[in-house]
Amino acid sequence: MRTASTTSTTSAPVADGTPSSASAAAKRAIRRRKVLVWAGRLGLAAFVIGGWQLFTTWKIVDPFFFGQPSGIAKRLVDYFQHGTEFGSYYSNIWTTIEEALIGFAIGTVAGVLLGVALGQSRYLADLLGPYIKIVNAIPRIVLGSIFIVAFGIGTTPKILLAAVLVFFVVFFNAFQGAREVDRNILSNAKVLGASRLQIIRHVIVPSALTWIVASLHSALGFSIVGALVGEVLGARSGLGLVITTAQNNFDPNGVFATMLTIAVLVLGAEWLMAKLEQRLLSWRPPSPSESSNII
Amino acid sequence: MAAVSDHTVGPTADRSARESARVEISGLTKRFLTPGGEVFTALQDVSFTVEPGQFCAVVGPTGCGKSTTLSMVSGLDRPSEGSVTVGGREVDGITDGVSFMFQADALLPWKTVLGNVLMGPIFRGVPKQEAHASARDWLRRVGLTGFEDRYPHQLSGGMRKRVAMAAALINEPKILMMDEPFGALDVQTKAIMSTELLGLWEQIRPSVIFITHDLDEAVALADRVVVMTSSPGSVKAVFDIDLPRPRGSVQEIRYESHFVELQHQIWETLREEVERAYARTAGGKA
Repeated sequence: MRTASTTSTTSAPVADGTPSSASAAAKRAIRRRKVLVWAGRLGLAAFVIGGWQLFTTWKIVDPFFFGQPSGIAKRLVDYFQHGTEFGSYYSNIWTTIEEALIGFAIGTVAGVLLGVALGQSRYLADLLGPYIKIVNAIPRIVLGSIFIVAFGIGTTPKILLAAVLVFFVVFFNAFQGAREVDRNILSNAKVLGASRLQIIRHVIVPSALTWIVASLHSALGFSIVGALVGEVLGARSGLGLVITTAQNNFDPNGVFATMLTIAVLVLGAEWLMAKLEQRLLSWRPPSPSESSNII
Repeated sequence: MAAVSDHTVGPTADRSARESARVEISGLTKRFLTPGGEVFTALQDVSFTVEPGQFCAVVGPTGCGKSTTLSMVSGLDRPSEGSVTVGGREVDGITDGVSFMFQADALLPWKTVLGNVLMGPIFRGVPKQEAHASARDWLRRVGLTGFEDRYPHQLSGGMRKRVAMAAALINEPKILMMDEPFGALDVQTKAIMSTELLGLWEQIRPSVIFITHDLDEAVALADRVVVMTSSPGSVKAVFDIDLPRPRGSVQEIRYESHFVELQHQIWETLREEVERAYARTAGGKA
């Protein structure tokens, strides 16, 4: 895997003829494929949304229960212009983002610290292993109820719920990553005179980072889930609260509109995460799947 | 962590500094517990000495405990019986002034070439500026100037070996241990790397323990060849190689009549062991 990467340049199959005409043909083929893909994507969206709109207009499906795309769009504009009963829409969005981010940070730091520590110490791993498994087996959403009982309906229980969800994802990856350090690299560092702390800093953590960063993608999603579920269970502000209120008012358009907002949030977060991953793991050779995507 | 001057064992260094590079292995025995609960003897009463500044090659059939011997000299592993003394002091814990080169890459893939070579000085607490200067100097010596910012995966196998060589030699070790360092390279690259290794070794003259199963390589490089028996590993014979130094190109020395003579002589001893080891594995499968 390591040796092959230096010479692998991606090239489309070259047709007969001069190089320049062949490359022009290849470029045309690439462009045509792009157009086809995008046409397909837009067509599919138009089919689903248009179908939804038509079916609800024709009353084959009742818009009272299932919403209507045009109604969702109107509701979204309304939210952004006039806000909700719990302050402006923006402030609700920000509440959710804040809870998710703080929870994400706490969960990640705790997960990495404990994961690396347990990956280092067999004794700690044997001691805590069964308990971590037990806690992991609990459906963690239920913890939200306990947090709300204990900490009220402020932001704290949502942050805690998000942090717990994030923690387990990151922890198991950090643990695995810290254990799977190459033995040769470890011996080499020891022979070169590295202290235990230096080994952790220069060898174990960077090695585990591949695993940790892989977990951060799903962890980010979980942090938003944690914040939202916490808000649904009881809150004064936040997108989860907007959704439950819309639900209680029999307003499916409001639910869908907020769902859409959340989807955009998550996509944005994923994009930032991908950027971060690129920075942290810039040393990695491009994976075969990534380079073949260029075609 | 001892004084840095301790590790600069050049041709001009005084006698006591050179004496600290003597490796004495005596009565070394290593037993492992197999997963089935049986005791497996990997090494049985291994004894040999590497004189200060000597290039000692260890050859033997696969699985004769060559690597186990090295890990006990470096202090990564403890012997069941017997002892290793380096410079008159018995090894317990990581031996000071030792560098290791493995067959597989031991480079950190997340560090650049420069970062990898810097590891040794950083671990020893050498000031940053000094460390950088010496890392660049070593990269120049192995012919990798201009590649400082590359990552290991961007280099060829031979270049990665050069980085590993610079990283191993930058601490100016008293003892350099090499576990089939060029085993994974193609024949031509291997010959070039061996010649370069000899050149660098002559500059700082550490004692070398070089494990290989390539007898040609052993004879071409070493002052002393230790032949080991198949499991349990023990020393079968020790040959002194009196080919003159500097030896120059490893590729060309192979055609000298004295080389052929020595190679033949050692092969006679080694063949029996290789055949026995082969018969065992082949017989086990039949």
